[in-house]
Amino acid sequence: MSTLKILVIDDEPGIRSGISRILRNFRVDYPFMEEAFDFEVNEAPTGEEGIELIEKDKPDILLLDNKLPGIQGIEVLEYIRKKQMNIIVVMITSYASLELAVKATSDGAYDFIPKPFTPQELKSSIENITKRVFLKKMTSKLQETGKQIRFQFLSVLSHELKAPLNSIEGYLQMIHERQAGPQLESYDYMIDRMLHRINGMRTLIMDLLDLTKVESGKGKRDVKEVRLSDVARTAIDTMRPYSIQKDIRLDLLGDENVTVMADNEEMEIIFNNLISNAIKYNKTGGRVSCTLSERDNCIEILVEDTGIGMTTEEINRIFDDFVRIKNEKTKHIAGTGLGLSIVKKLVDSYHGTIEVTSEPDLGSIFKVKLPTDKPCS
Amino acid sequence: MAKHMSITKKTILLVDDDQDYLYQMKTRVESFGFQTMLAESQKEAEDLIETTKPDLAILDLMMENEDSGFILCYKMKKKYPGVPIIIATGVAAETGISFDINDENNRKWIRADRFLEKGIRSEKLKEEIELLLKINN
Repeated sequence: MSTLKILVIDDEPGIRSGISRILRNFRVDYPFMEEAFDFEVNEAPTGEEGIELIEKDKPDILLLDNKLPGIQGIEVLEYIRKKQMNIIVVMITSYASLELAVKATSDGAYDFIPKPFTPQELKSSIENITKRVFLKKMTSKLQETGKQIRFQFLSVLSHELKAPLNSIEGYLQMIHERQAGPQLESYDYMIDRMLHRINGMRTLIMDLLDLTKVESGKGKRDVKEVRLSDVARTAIDTMRPYSIQKDIRLDLLGDENVTVMADNEEMEIIFNNLISNAIKYNKTGGRVSCTLSERDNCIEILVEDTGIGMTTEEINRIFDDFVRIKNEKTKHIAGTGLGLSIVKKLVDSYHGTIEVTSEPDLGSIFKVKLPTDKPCS
Repeated sequence: MAKHMSITKKTILLVDDDQDYLYQMKTRVESFGFQTMLAESQKEAEDLIETTKPDLAILDLMMENEDSGFILCYKMKKKYPGVPIIIATGVAAETGISFDINDENNRKWIRADRFLEKGIRSEKLKEEIELLLKINN
């Protein structure tokens, strides 16, 4: 059991003692939380006395009336924000004025309880806040154990999965309400868009599976001698329809006989991602070439395109999870933002390197080096 | 142009880089009886407001840049101080990439009139728009 400290600043004694009474035996307990919370309530009749107690007791939650005899609630809020104190503030306000609400929220208030309130209203507000406190505690715990990145990854992932779901739900709602009339044909566009979003989600899930393989499947790696030109050719053949559509020439150049000791499937992931990107971010009528070579105990895979290119700042971000370069030129290109981060992780796992050179509007060159025995020079 | 045919309708600028969300918003907002003009990026919106003044704008937060919505908001308020702006965001606070509205530096120049969650119900959205446009039904 943890105890959260609550401070009530209100000039009405009735409100203060009421809140104390309501919360005295109240506890918040959810199956998903590892601990239950109860509350210890302190009171202050003015903002000045409140600030003193804030400094002394460091409460977790502050219930704050705006209309006070001395300094106003907003000023107490201002004080907390300036000192960057970690207190969740709920405004108690008798006139739920929109203006004050907006001002207080932008000053860092978390919620509002309109006066007069029922015990149930107070309890449900405290319940929400407790969940938030728990989440905050959990995130800081994760941070300590280095799991923060994982947590962020999952949060961004859920966002990426939610966006297409929201869009599909929106369309289904419109169809359900027959918003475009009784003719089924009127809904063709919506249906097409839903199929498109579902496809994007499927790609995301495939990428995620690749990523899990990369991150967890190290023991299961099936290392054999892999002829890279075979892998490259398979990737090129898979992308052929797409390249024909965009009128892009695809070439495989260099040494046909380069081999590497690696997991065939992982090499496929690298080639598929690099070549499909080279086509995706290319211009109509452009070129993509994949060149293989071997020198100094090192295999070099070069994927060059004549596409839209990137700025240095963009290059610095592309290997991170879920990063997609968003601009006018990439607006209608679909992607998950995971491909290159997967490629990078794979290349790292083979002690290789990946480098990018690029020129906006001219194209990009991705150079992967994989060591055949010792690290690449 | 269509604009002259429905001269009494207020025009709402919708900016979002998710074309599906934009389409759905357009349908919703038009069903409330407003005209819409659409932009799929910060850049497109900037070009659009050069020539056209909307009566209200609903902006997505994250587009080309993480803070596209705010930049756009700033530029809009500079050009058309009286036009109310709603920033709609689908990024919940826990995603870890959300923009901190309480950050001092950000607050200095964010001048949106309302922040709304993207999942907002139609009636509520209509209410917010009408409130900002001061339409009494």
